[in-house]
Amino acid sequence: MVRKIRLPLTEELAKTLKAGDEVLLTGVVYTSRDAGHKRMCEALAQGRELPFDPKDATIYYVGPSPAKPGQVIGSAGPTTSGRMDAYAPTLLSVGVRGMIGKGARLPEVVEAMKTYHGVYFGAIGGAGALLAQCIKKSELIAYEDLGAEALRRLFVEDMPLVVIIDQEGNNLYEAGRRAYLEKISK
Amino acid sequence: MREICADLITDVTERLCIEANEHLPSDVKEAIQNCRACEDWEIAQGVLDRIIENYQIADAAHVPICQDTGMACVFLEIGQDVHITGGDLTGAVNEGVRRGYEKGYLRKSVVRDPVRRTNTGDNTPAMLYTEIVPGEQIKITVAPKGFGSENMSAIRMLKPSAGLQGIKDFIIETVEAAGPNPCPPMVVGVGIGGTFDKAALLSKKALLRPIHSSHTDPFYAALEKEMLEKINRLGIGPQGFGGRTTALGVHIETMPTHIAGMPCAININCHVTRHTTEVI
Repeated sequence: MVRKIRLPLTEELAKTLKAGDEVLLTGVVYTSRDAGHKRMCEALAQGRELPFDPKDATIYYVGPSPAKPGQVIGSAGPTTSGRMDAYAPTLLSVGVRGMIGKGARLPEVVEAMKTYHGVYFGAIGGAGALLAQCIKKSELIAYEDLGAEALRRLFVEDMPLVVIIDQEGNNLYEAGRRAYLEKISK
Repeated sequence: MREICADLITDVTERLCIEANEHLPSDVKEAIQNCRACEDWEIAQGVLDRIIENYQIADAAHVPICQDTGMACVFLEIGQDVHITGGDLTGAVNEGVRRGYEKGYLRKSVVRDPVRRTNTGDNTPAMLYTEIVPGEQIKITVAPKGFGSENMSAIRMLKPSAGLQGIKDFIIETVEAAGPNPCPPMVVGVGIGGTFDKAALLSKKALLRPIHSSHTDPFYAALEKEMLEKINRLGIGPQGFGGRTTALGVHIETMPTHIAGMPCAININCHVTRHTTEVI
């Protein structure tokens, strides 16, 4: 069953989400990927603030293609999350709770998610045209010089996602595969 | 001798960059649909339905199938009786990429230097491969390659004693290690033989073949079939959420090699396996 959820991603909401849950997500998310994460972590190391309030925030790992005239945004599917693993624990420690991407995460990210009650959602990689339709507003808020990697505030509506790793550390990549293999071995 | 103007190469490259990024080849669409029909795991069925919906949206709205519009891999087969006039060939291809990525609202994903990482701003340079062939035509293939899958590729200089089993193990190991990262269902390109670099090129060229086309040698055709079946019993499934459909196809390309070696390269592609060709 698909469940509708609304951001911000509070600790209470995070605790209700389990690996394997399919959700339709509505609310504000911030876009960032490799270069943006590097800058955000440098800012924090220097005692500066992030370009957005990290409390209960959700980051979407995406570098969209340019918007055509009349479009809110170009194609906008997830990028591989593992490249943000070096930065994710730091961002979780300052309040970021949700991450949207695709692909495996390192154990240290999962540990930080358990400590700070974070949730890792998967969007369908390679479905950038479909996912762009859920993005209703896009506003550039920082790091404009990074082009596709600039930091944007998006308003998304009913974005189809799956909880991959929940705040207890349960992992759909492991459990889903295991369940399927059990089924075909019967 | 036939003269072909460099401007024509630019124009065709521009058009192919846009076309490849907006329209998935029909053989790839067919492979995805066939896999959907065979998929027996619920969450996997849902993912494949969304993947199909996605390429339909891209077709209809003329938008990129995926936001990672890739590095522009351009393959030119140049007839030896062709004389290119009015400009430099590499420059003509790069100008086509520059225009295509600008005009098509495609993402510029290339950095000038691998360590210092400043974006070139126009997705150039193209990854250009030229081959001289008989004839007086030029065959241009543009294959935008995303890096989610490129990053999961691998090469190994296997010992001849590793034999066929060594190749099979390396393929499975690489797909296992890739897991959910390269946006499965994936296409697996395998290059065996040649030198270190030739094996890698063969594996990339293998991705250009129509899905489910077979190697001309029945020995390798059987290996392709066996590996696809094995991969689709790993349980990784579409997006790694579990399921049958882990790969759409396994394509193997081979060439002669040295008595001391058995290079094996594996180039992974995602379900957005893009390529388009025009002959001028």
